[in-house]
Amino acid sequence: MIEARGLTKRYGKTTAVDDLSFDVAAGRVTGFLGPNGAGKSTTMRMILGLDNPTAGRVTINGKRYHELHHPLRTVGALLDAKWVHPNRSARAHLNWMAKSNQIAERRVDEVLDIVGLTSVAGKRAGGFSLGMSQRLGIAAALLGDPEVLLFDEPVNGLDPEGILWIRKFMHRLADEGRTVFVSSHLLSEMALTATELVVIGRGKLISQSSTADFVARASENTVKVRSPQNDRLRDALEQASAELTAAEDGLIVSGMDSAKIGEIAAENGLVLHELSPQQGSLEQAFMQITGDSVEYHTGIEAEVAQVLEPTAR
Amino acid sequence: MTLLAVERIKLFSTRSPWWCALVALATTVGFTALIVGNANEQFPATVATTQFGYFFGLAVVMVLAALAVTTEYRFGTIRTTFQAIPNRTAALVAKTVVVALLALVIGEIVAFASWGLSVLLQPDFDLALNSTADWINVAGVGPIYALAAVMAVAVGILVRHSAGAISLLLIYTLAVEDLVSLIPNIGDDIYKWMPFNVANKFLTGDGASNAGRAADAGAPLSTSPLSPGWALAYFAGTAVVLLAVAIATAKRRDA
Repeated sequence: MIEARGLTKRYGKTTAVDDLSFDVAAGRVTGFLGPNGAGKSTTMRMILGLDNPTAGRVTINGKRYHELHHPLRTVGALLDAKWVHPNRSARAHLNWMAKSNQIAERRVDEVLDIVGLTSVAGKRAGGFSLGMSQRLGIAAALLGDPEVLLFDEPVNGLDPEGILWIRKFMHRLADEGRTVFVSSHLLSEMALTATELVVIGRGKLISQSSTADFVARASENTVKVRSPQNDRLRDALEQASAELTAAEDGLIVSGMDSAKIGEIAAENGLVLHELSPQQGSLEQAFMQITGDSVEYHTGIEAEVAQVLEPTAR
Repeated sequence: MTLLAVERIKLFSTRSPWWCALVALATTVGFTALIVGNANEQFPATVATTQFGYFFGLAVVMVLAALAVTTEYRFGTIRTTFQAIPNRTAALVAKTVVVALLALVIGEIVAFASWGLSVLLQPDFDLALNSTADWINVAGVGPIYALAAVMAVAVGILVRHSAGAISLLLIYTLAVEDLVSLIPNIGDDIYKWMPFNVANKFLTGDGASNAGRAADAGAPLSTSPLSPGWALAYFAGTAVVLLAVAIATAKRRDA
């Protein structure tokens, strides 16, 4: 369980993290969502005691990181897969970490096996692909069999197979009852991995809720209907005070769910060719919510919004 | 002890310490062979001459020590280190001790290899270690390397960048100390207290190991007014102060 209270980090005049308070519940995957530069990595580094907060505190199971005895046994973290000496072998990297927290040497072989790196354990880590480095980072995080795990953008730059692997892995860790705190700037990725979400923008907390709630709140739900008797349908729906927008070959209805629309059509004896609920894309929804809190505006949001038009599900 | 083992694994699981050790040995012993091999009646070989090349090894050892820290910053492993060992003082002291011990061993190997080779090259000169001064001049190289390594680790922690730390160390040891003596009036007085000049005092004392001959047969004698014992203490003190400043800085700043 991770608790942040009033966590603040300033670099000169820039405030990277601003009075941030949130809880990460035990035994679940909690997503840490925010645009690039929102302060996710800084927050993670403060949780691990690498950066000193300007104000506030963050505790793990009620203790600050530096108060933990053999911290790798309580908290495992993958902040950057490239934090490995390129001329050191994967096994040597894990060996010194294991030694530092008095973790048995056979655990090194175990975690190498879990992430599937046994065959390259003796090779220099500098020659690893990003996917392999990421696996090594995860092996390092799992080394102490910790109950709390932190991952910073673990799927960044990975191929689809790697992404799928990480996604399954997170679920497995949560199923084992561990607390998983994983950051990402992709809401769609988080929707698949996390059950809880902590959303930040420009270092400030935007929301903390379950993923389902956030997605429901975030996305504008509309229903697309097509009918050969388009005009009569429009009248019927307008009478029921639905908001309508004309689409190229039908109507977009908002403020009414598909069940209700179907019932109205049936009452009036209208034929429907399509009745499909539309969900605004998560990316779009996310941009809507964090819209004002993106660190570096490019002035192309409008264009991006066009590209990310609502997609049918 | 655990932390020392951790740093030992880290240091020896990369190749650079081995290369540095080899380079230190090759340059120092090679230079000694050149000097001692060309000794004659006019410029006789003495115990002091056998250690003429000690400075080359010193520079390489300081590079090794600085790299042991700066590579951690460069590759981000310092963060992994502080994550595994949140007590930064303990982690950095352990690293310093391991690097210093390696420097000590390299120093002794370099010094006795230089001396041994000289004995083989010039069997006619009296190169036996007859006095305390002789012993200090040879065996004292190890402790000086170790303390210089501590300074280099401290500079590495403070500067964090390999190129910056190494150039700073080399420019300081090769040029800055000597240039200080060029400052008018006070230059010589300041130079007397410069750490590497003082370290030289510990090694060569008043020239006893040079068989009382003029400086041209060995390295120039140190201008330090301290006794060899106090010279070593002064050099060690400088190293410890520098390390304390570096660790205090590392504790305060973000990793």
